[in-house]
Amino acid sequence: MGRKLDPTNKVKRGPGKKAKKQQGAEVELANFIDTEEDAGPKRLSSRARKRAAKRVENLKKPENVAEKQPKKGYSDDNSKWLKPTKRKRKMDEPESEDDSEEMWEDEEEEEQVLLPKKGGKEQEKKSADLGLKNLEDDDDDEEEEMVDDYGAEDDGSGQEEEEDEEENSDGDDLLPIERAAKKEKKLKESMGLSSDDDNEEEEEDDDDSDEKHKSDSDMDEEETIQTNADDFDTFRLPSAEESEKEGALSLDLKGVHQRIKDNIDVLCNFSAKREEGKARVDYLSLLRKDLCTYYSYNEFLVEKLMDLFPLSELVDFLEANEIHRPVTIRTNTLKTRRRDLAQALINRGVNLDPLGKWSKVGLVIYDSSVPIGATPEYLAGHYMLQGASSFLPVMALSPQEGELVLDMSSAPGGKTSYMAQLMRNTGVIVANDANAERLKSVVGNLHRLGVTNSVVSNYDGRQFPKVMGGFDRVLLDAPCSGTGVIAKDPAVKTSKDEPDILRSAHLQKELLLSAIDSVNATSSTGGYLVYCTCSIMVEENEWVVDYALKKRNVKLVPTGLDFGKEGFTSFKKFRFHPSLQLTRRFYPHSHNMDGFFVAKFKKFSNVTPSASVGKEDETTEASEATEATDSPKDNPSKSKAANETALAKTDALKQNTKTNGAAAKKPANIKIKGQQGSQTGPKKAKIAKMDGETVKGAQAKNPAKKTPVQTTVSKTVKKDGSRFEKKQPKKGKSPLKMKNKMGKNKFKKMKHKFQKNK
Amino acid sequence: MRPLTEEETKTMFEKLSKYIGENIKLLVDRPDGTYCFRLHQDRVYYMSEKILKLATNFSRDKLISVGTCFGKFTKTKKFRLHITALDFLAPYAKFKVWVKPGAEQSFLYGNHVLKSGLGRITENTMQYQGVVVYSMADVPLGFGVAAKSTQECRRVDPMSIVVFHQADVGEFIRSEDTLT
Repeated sequence: MGRKLDPTNKVKRGPGKKAKKQQGAEVELANFIDTEEDAGPKRLSSRARKRAAKRVENLKKPENVAEKQPKKGYSDDNSKWLKPTKRKRKMDEPESEDDSEEMWEDEEEEEQVLLPKKGGKEQEKKSADLGLKNLEDDDDDEEEEMVDDYGAEDDGSGQEEEEDEEENSDGDDLLPIERAAKKEKKLKESMGLSSDDDNEEEEEDDDDSDEKHKSDSDMDEEETIQTNADDFDTFRLPSAEESEKEGALSLDLKGVHQRIKDNIDVLCNFSAKREEGKARVDYLSLLRKDLCTYYSYNEFLVEKLMDLFPLSELVDFLEANEIHRPVTIRTNTLKTRRRDLAQALINRGVNLDPLGKWSKVGLVIYDSSVPIGATPEYLAGHYMLQGASSFLPVMALSPQEGELVLDMSSAPGGKTSYMAQLMRNTGVIVANDANAERLKSVVGNLHRLGVTNSVVSNYDGRQFPKVMGGFDRVLLDAPCSGTGVIAKDPAVKTSKDEPDILRSAHLQKELLLSAIDSVNATSSTGGYLVYCTCSIMVEENEWVVDYALKKRNVKLVPTGLDFGKEGFTSFKKFRFHPSLQLTRRFYPHSHNMDGFFVAKFKKFSNVTPSASVGKEDETTEASEATEATDSPKDNPSKSKAANETALAKTDALKQNTKTNGAAAKKPANIKIKGQQGSQTGPKKAKIAKMDGETVKGAQAKNPAKKTPVQTTVSKTVKKDGSRFEKKQPKKGKSPLKMKNKMGKNKFKKMKHKFQKNK
Repeated sequence: MRPLTEEETKTMFEKLSKYIGENIKLLVDRPDGTYCFRLHQDRVYYMSEKILKLATNFSRDKLISVGTCFGKFTKTKKFRLHITALDFLAPYAKFKVWVKPGAEQSFLYGNHVLKSGLGRITENTMQYQGVVVYSMADVPLGFGVAAKSTQECRRVDPMSIVVFHQADVGEFIRSEDTLT
C-alpha cells in the first residue's frame, strides 16, 4: 500500500516482526474505512461476518466465553526458561484463536470491528442472528472452529454456509421451545440409528448434538440432514461399527484425538453439555479407551492418571510425556564456576541458558553442535548431565560441610556428586547401590568430578542400619515404577500394572524404614532424611511417607523448595496425615521437569517405636529435647522454643525427675514460667503427630494451656503437670520400667544442665 | 583393604615420582589431615584417615571404592597409574605439555601427541620424562611420557610423536568398566 515511510517512527525489526501490529496502521485504516463507508457498506466474506458476529456476542456476554481455564504456563520461577508445550489445547481454543486472528489478519479485523457498528443493514441482521444462536448454546462458536480445523468440508464450501445463513434468517422466528423440540426429535432419531453400541453411540451423540446445535438455528429439516451427512462422514463410522470392531477404527488417530477433545470438553462442563440420559461413567470409559489408543498406554495406567489429574490437565500431562524435557547440566563447583563453564561451552557452539532462579549451578542446553556428553569440559569433570528434577532432592537435603551422609541408591552418581559439591569435599559420603553394574558409573562419575570424600558400597539398602548407621543425613532416591519419566522411558506406558506399583511401594516402605533407622536423630547439625521418587503414583509417594510417619519417630518438615505442588493429604480411599502437604510434587507439564516427588523428614528420636504405647513417654521427652534444638525456620510455631532452648530442656528434664518420683523438689524458679510456656510448642507438634490418640492429645493440651496463665503460682501447675505425666505411663508401663528409662545418660545430662543454669 | 607392603609402596612411589617428583611428600603430609594409601582388590586408593575408619564398616566384597583410586597393580606386580589419579598429579606436575585446541580431541581419543598439536612444553623436559597433558585453557587432559626432549621437539617434523599417550580423561567414558 502506499503508506509513507516515517523515519522518526521506526518499526522494530527482529524475529517477531510479522507478529507485531504495524505501527500507524490504525490511522491509515481509519482513513480507508471512512472512504469506504462513503462508497457504501462493503460485503464481507461469510467467515468474516461470522467472526464479526462472534465479536459482538463476546462483547455482550463476556461471561459465556470466560470458561474455567486451567492455568497456563508454569507456576514457579521456571516460567522464564521453561516453555509450555506448544500445543493447541481445547480449553483455550476460543480465545487463543481469536488472538491469533487478531495477530495475523490485523487489517481485516479492524474493518470488522468498525463495520458492524456503522453497519450496513444486512450486516446487523446477520450479527443478530448469530448472536441469538450463540445465546442458545454458549460455546457453539467453539465447536464451529474445531470443525473448521478438522473437517475440510466446511472450510471449502463457502457457498453452503451462505445458504445456511439465509436459512438462519428464516429460522430465527421460531420459538426456542420449537427448536428444543426439533432437537429432541433428531436426537431420538440418531439414538434409534445406533442402539446396541453404548460407547460408540454416546460418542456419536456427542458429535451429533454438537452438529445439531450448530444447525439447529436453521430450521429446514432436509437441510439439516444434508449438512449433518457431511459431518457424519468423520464421526458416523464408529457408530455403524460394533464395539468389537474398534480395533480397525483405532487406526484413525486423528478422529480419536478429536473425540478425546470433544469428550473432555463435555466432561469439563458436564451439566451443560451432557447428553440426556448418559452417565458420566460412560463418557469416562470412552475417554479412557480413547486415551489408551491415542497415547498407547495400558488401561491401568490411564485409569491411575485420570484419578490423579483433573481432566483438563490430564491431556497436558500425556502430551508432555510425548516430548523430551530440556537437557540440563549441573556445574561442578569443585572444579569450575558456572560462568566459566558457560563461556567455555558457548565457545564450543552450545546454546545454553541458566536454569531458573532456584538453582545457581544449573544450565539448560537448547542445542549444541557438539555432543554435550563428550566435550573436553565434560571429560574433565566440569559438569554433569543431570535432569532438573534431580537437583531438587539434594537441595532439599542440603548437606552441610563435615557431615556423614548416605546416598542409599546412588547410581549413576549425579545426586551424590551434587552432595559432595555442596559439602565441598569435606565429611564423608557413602554412596550405596544395590546394582553392582550401575555402581561402575558411580565410581566413574565421582572420580571424573573430583569427589574425594566418598565411599562406594554395594549393599541392598534394606540391610543398611546393620552395616552402618548414625548418619547425619540420608538421601533415599527409591527405585520406583518410573511413571514420572515416561518421556525418558516410554516402556512404562504399557509395562506397569497394579502389582508392579504395589511391589515397588512395598520395597520403598522397607527402604524408607531402614533409611530412617540409619539416621542419627541426635546429630547436632542433621537428623534429616529426604525421600524422593521419580514416580507420580500416590501409592509410591504419599502412602509410603504416611506409613513411615506411623512407624517411626519422624516428622515431615518443609522441603525448602519454593515451587512444586503440595502432596496429597487425601486421595480416593487414602487419608494421610495433614503434614503431608509439606511434601512436594513436580510434574512434566507444569514444571517442565521429570515427574518427581520429594519429602523431607526430621527424625526426632532414635527409639524405634515397636511397643507403641510403652515408649511414648520416652519419645515425648526425646522429642522435646531434640526439637528444642531445631532451627527456628523448621517450624514457625516452635521458634519460641528454639529461643529458649536451654530453658526448655531443663524444664523437660525437671518434669522427668518428677515423673520418676526422684524427688528433686527444687524451689520453683521464676524461670519456670518461660519454660513451661515454651514447652507448648513441641508438645503440640507431637500431639499433632499422633493423630490417632485424640484423648491423650486433649489431656496434654490442658496443662499446656494452663501454664501461660499461671505465672506466679507455678506450684499448682507443677502438680497438675506431674499428675498428668504420671497418668501416662500407667497406661502401658510398670514403674520399674520407668526407672530403667531414666538411664545414666539422661541423669547426667540433667545434672549438667542444672549446673549450667546455676 | 590393607596398607601397602614395603615393596608395593616403593613401586608405586617410583611411578608417581616420574610425574610429580619430590612433590610426592605433599600427598602424604597434608595440612588438612592424615592421608594414606590403601590396597583394595589390587587397586590403590588414596583417602583420609577419617574415611578410612568409616570404610572398615563395609565387608571386602561389598566395598567398591574409597576415596580416590590411583591405579592398580598388574599381575606382574607393576604399578599402573589410572586416569583417576589425574586430580592429584596435575597440581603437582613438574613437567607439562599443552596441546593445541585442534589436537585436543585426538588426544582424548587415545592418540599420541604429535608435534603439530604441541602448543607448549616445559623447558628442559628430558626424553621419557612423565608429563601431564593440558589443554591450552589449562584444563588437565591426561598424562604420558615425553618421546623427545624439549630441544629435540624444536627440530622434529610436524608429524612425529612428541608425547606418548598413557592415560586421558576420555577413558572415563571409554573404559568406565575397568576404572575400578
